[in-house]
Amino acid sequence: MIAVDAAGEALLAQRLALHPQVALRPEPFGALAYHYGTRRLVFLKHPDVVAVVRELAAHATVADTLDACGIAEQRRPAFVAALNSLVASDMLSEVPAP
Amino acid sequence: MTALVDQLKRGLDAPICLTWELTYACNLECVHCLSSSGRRDPDELTTAEAKHVIDQLRDLQVFYVNLGGGEPMIRRDFFDIVEYSIAQGIGVKFSTNGAFIDADKARRLAAMNYLDIQISLDGTDALTNDAVRGDGSYATAIRAMDHLRDAGFGPFKISVVVTRHNVDQLDAFKALADSYGAQLRVTRLRPSGRGVDSWHDLHPTNTQQMQIYRWLLAHGDNVLTGDSFFHLNALGEEPLPGLNLCGAGRVVCLIDPIGDVYACPFVIHDDFKAGNLRDDGGFSKIWKHSALFAELREPQSAGACSSCGQFDACQGGCMAAKFFTGLPLDGPDPECVGGDGELALAGVAAGSVPRPMGDHSKPGHSKPASFTPARATPVTFTRR
Repeated sequence: MIAVDAAGEALLAQRLALHPQVALRPEPFGALAYHYGTRRLVFLKHPDVVAVVRELAAHATVADTLDACGIAEQRRPAFVAALNSLVASDMLSEVPAP
Repeated sequence: MTALVDQLKRGLDAPICLTWELTYACNLECVHCLSSSGRRDPDELTTAEAKHVIDQLRDLQVFYVNLGGGEPMIRRDFFDIVEYSIAQGIGVKFSTNGAFIDADKARRLAAMNYLDIQISLDGTDALTNDAVRGDGSYATAIRAMDHLRDAGFGPFKISVVVTRHNVDQLDAFKALADSYGAQLRVTRLRPSGRGVDSWHDLHPTNTQQMQIYRWLLAHGDNVLTGDSFFHLNALGEEPLPGLNLCGAGRVVCLIDPIGDVYACPFVIHDDFKAGNLRDDGGFSKIWKHSALFAELREPQSAGACSSCGQFDACQGGCMAAKFFTGLPLDGPDPECVGGDGELALAGVAAGSVPRPMGDHSKPGHSKPASFTPARATPVTFTRR
């Protein structure tokens, strides 16, 4: 099984949320995410990724969100990679604890 | 990615990107105008109808619209429509020749959020540009770009249709854009609208297509293309950035000034008309239920291209380019990089090529310019 690496562990400990300028539109394959600031369009290619992204803001860490969404341990590396690329494209951003 | 492309081919719940030509009126008469614009159509959507369209797009969660024309800024309610759209959460990109951007308008535009501007320019000098876009149009575009820069608009876009005569200027276009802090956008010439008559003289040669492909591979990440050059992917192992598919009726469409909805901006012809916004059910019903769009979302036959090893790379090219050069839709693109399009074109019977519909050219519109073949650099050509 592929384990989550150190950078992945760091991501799992973060509190993330959808960037306030990003809109999600459901589609049969998952969703489209459009960033009104950067004008970038991103495809969320799985409904589970969409569910996780929508839930992020409601949980203290990414790991908690994955638990809450029932994402099995062996799928975590894939989710960490997907979320990392969404952070890199500014679709997700870190938010301070409330 | 392949799974996603397959999904996109089956269509989305709403367009990703929607082109909306606001008017057929234009101060210019470019020889390659995809909508044969010139005169306003008396049936153009009213301000109230335009706002109703925006309401529908908002309900479908369309993220942004590409406004064009004709020259969209000719409409007296242009700012009204733009501001209403942005207020509804729909970003606006609009294409303009710049004639109506003075210092005041530039400041007004610069103050708006979620607005992008594309200034059309088809040459880095007046000679090259004006031969296609008309006398004085280069100076007009530069003046508008100066105003936008002076108003602090930020990174507007310079939008170039690549032709046989400006392909050697790609580096110069990039330098021009950089000098304004602007972003360069280059798109493929189609034989649509008045382009049906000028395409044969303007479209890049096969050698130039390789030049474009290499240039885009080298600069593609910083240059916008509307993903319009995917037919060039058959030239090499490395695909160009962007979606490799025809989005017509699947992820894009066109709303024309009188509310007709077409599969894409390059196919203004009854064969590709899906309906009219004034019909019951409006845009949503057309997008979701039109017979034409349903057909375009079915798996398409590769036809004569099915035996070609490059089909996955080029996807058979552009539907509009085939249609308006008289080629079958399930065969090679007229600019097939393998040369099959050229052969096919030779077999098209004179008089059998479909004509674009809805010609709004001005009365007495001069017939298409005639170009002498370029012999040397700098490119020289004459306009009758």
